[in-house]
Amino acid sequence: MVKRRATRVGEWIIERLIQLSGMLGIILVVLIFLFLLQNSLPIFKERTLGELVFGQRWSPTHGDGQFGMLPLLLGSLYVTVGALVIAVPLALAASVFVAEIAPRRMREFLKPAIELLAAIPSVVFGFLGLLVVGPWIDAHVEIIKVGQFAALGSVMLAFMALPTIVSICEDAFHNVPREIFNSSLALGATRWQTITRALMPAARSGIIAAILLGLGRAIGETMTVLMVTGNAQVIPKGLLGFLKPIRTMTATIAAEMGEAAYGSTHFHTLFTIGLFLFIITFAINTIADVIVRRGEKDIA
Amino acid sequence: MQDHATDTVADEAKGGGGRQYAEDHAFLRAPVDASRSAEQAGAEHGVKISTTDLNIYYGDFRAIKSVSAVIRSNEITALIGPSGCGKSTYLRALNRMNDEIAGTHMDGTVLLDGVDIYQPGTDLVTLRRRVGQVFQQPNPFPMSIYDNVVYGPRLQRRLRRDEADEIVEQSLQGAALWDEVKNDLRKSAMDLSGGQQQRLCIARCLAVNSEVLLMDEPCSALDPTATFRIEELMIELKERMSIVIVTHNMYQASRVSDRTGFFLLGELVEFGDTPQIFEDPRDERTDAYVRGRFG
Repeated sequence: MVKRRATRVGEWIIERLIQLSGMLGIILVVLIFLFLLQNSLPIFKERTLGELVFGQRWSPTHGDGQFGMLPLLLGSLYVTVGALVIAVPLALAASVFVAEIAPRRMREFLKPAIELLAAIPSVVFGFLGLLVVGPWIDAHVEIIKVGQFAALGSVMLAFMALPTIVSICEDAFHNVPREIFNSSLALGATRWQTITRALMPAARSGIIAAILLGLGRAIGETMTVLMVTGNAQVIPKGLLGFLKPIRTMTATIAAEMGEAAYGSTHFHTLFTIGLFLFIITFAINTIADVIVRRGEKDIA
Repeated sequence: MQDHATDTVADEAKGGGGRQYAEDHAFLRAPVDASRSAEQAGAEHGVKISTTDLNIYYGDFRAIKSVSAVIRSNEITALIGPSGCGKSTYLRALNRMNDEIAGTHMDGTVLLDGVDIYQPGTDLVTLRRRVGQVFQQPNPFPMSIYDNVVYGPRLQRRLRRDEADEIVEQSLQGAALWDEVKNDLRKSAMDLSGGQQQRLCIARCLAVNSEVLLMDEPCSALDPTATFRIEELMIELKERMSIVIVTHNMYQASRVSDRTGFFLLGELVEFGDTPQIFEDPRDERTDAYVRGRFG
């Protein structure tokens, strides 16, 4: 009798433990959000949201400190959009090749190889950009004055986002029923037409989700952009802006958090940047999730 | 044979509508087709496809052994036989879909309107438009009904809106689907029932003016009512094309087809007029199979 109760208590504890670890992810996200909120809210006693978001100068040590985030927001936007422009066509081509064109043996080798790219630490990409690609461009491309600029960050980020996008896109292509491929061929489509007109529409939810997840990864990436984009908090203008130094939101936090006095305006503003980043990536991931689920319903 | 027909109906009825079903679908038991008697009286139809000494190999395995047969215009040719006997492989040889399966090769000849479709320089795109295929699983593209129908024509060229509209209406009419979907052309094809999806797949072939329709067990994923509608449609469609159907269902073969070929282990054992194959088979293996003694 006693023994049985002990078992029951033991089971109760184990069940609760499992439940807790299942909920740990959610709890952590909520706690991080609250932590960011707590540390960033005090800023709004001193500045308005409009001043922060649309302010054109970021200069924390200048007088009272100027905390206009527009250069940083645009810097992140430039680097990220540039990264997607490079990564998406490459990733689509790579995933189509792996899923539909490569022989099976090659596929078995290629997919893990591409996924392995994700295992390279971002600081290594930073080094590569800083010491190899940047100086080379500096020496060979006339129009570029400094070897550290927005587009270089884009290129590096593109390679870092590539494995995520390729892997998810490839799964999406692979999950399209074989019959769709065959019936397109049987209607007289070439392989290329079949891929672009039947396969891609059928896999579109997976493709969009892959791009969004790649986007989330690119926006949040810190170390590489800190090393290769030049760290100049200027507002990029037009297409030429890609060839000039900029600074992203993430790089700003990483570079300045060590110097900001605890509890100062500067300190709280850096947390506000973090809060914005959190909201952006959270929104992107949620949208990706919704799209994937809707896609699953379509195929079934 | 009559016994077996009854059995099948009884089996199928267990899954679905019960006794009501068996009463409503008494036609399934009667392997009689008015058009066939007219057919027998009439003249022979022209040769559409002929295969001579066709061998098909998967690697070293010879899946089709020296098959010679003739498929005629405006007729339905049924290919029957146990699983794995090669009838689907033979079917795919007629639009060269076997080319898509790694490791296959063939020898012998396949003539479409007298022209060898395996000669070098054959345009696969044209061939596959002329010889359309409907698969076992209904497989519409995950897009609207409208876009499914114009998929084939749009591969060739840009269509004006009115052209596209006309192709859609005619093809869906031809596939006996128009009345059911004319108000929902923009709806996803994935929302249609299995039988409607299969008729949509037939409409896709009609949209590219296929002259031959290859059907690989088109009804095996469908319920009996949907099956009946496809069979009706096939008999309508043979007025404008020739149809080759692979089926496991011997009653289906006897109901709809004009000629029947019996495959066994890659060999075409017997090929002839459908009534003759079912009522007076010359080969004892055919006899055993159509009487249900194996397979």
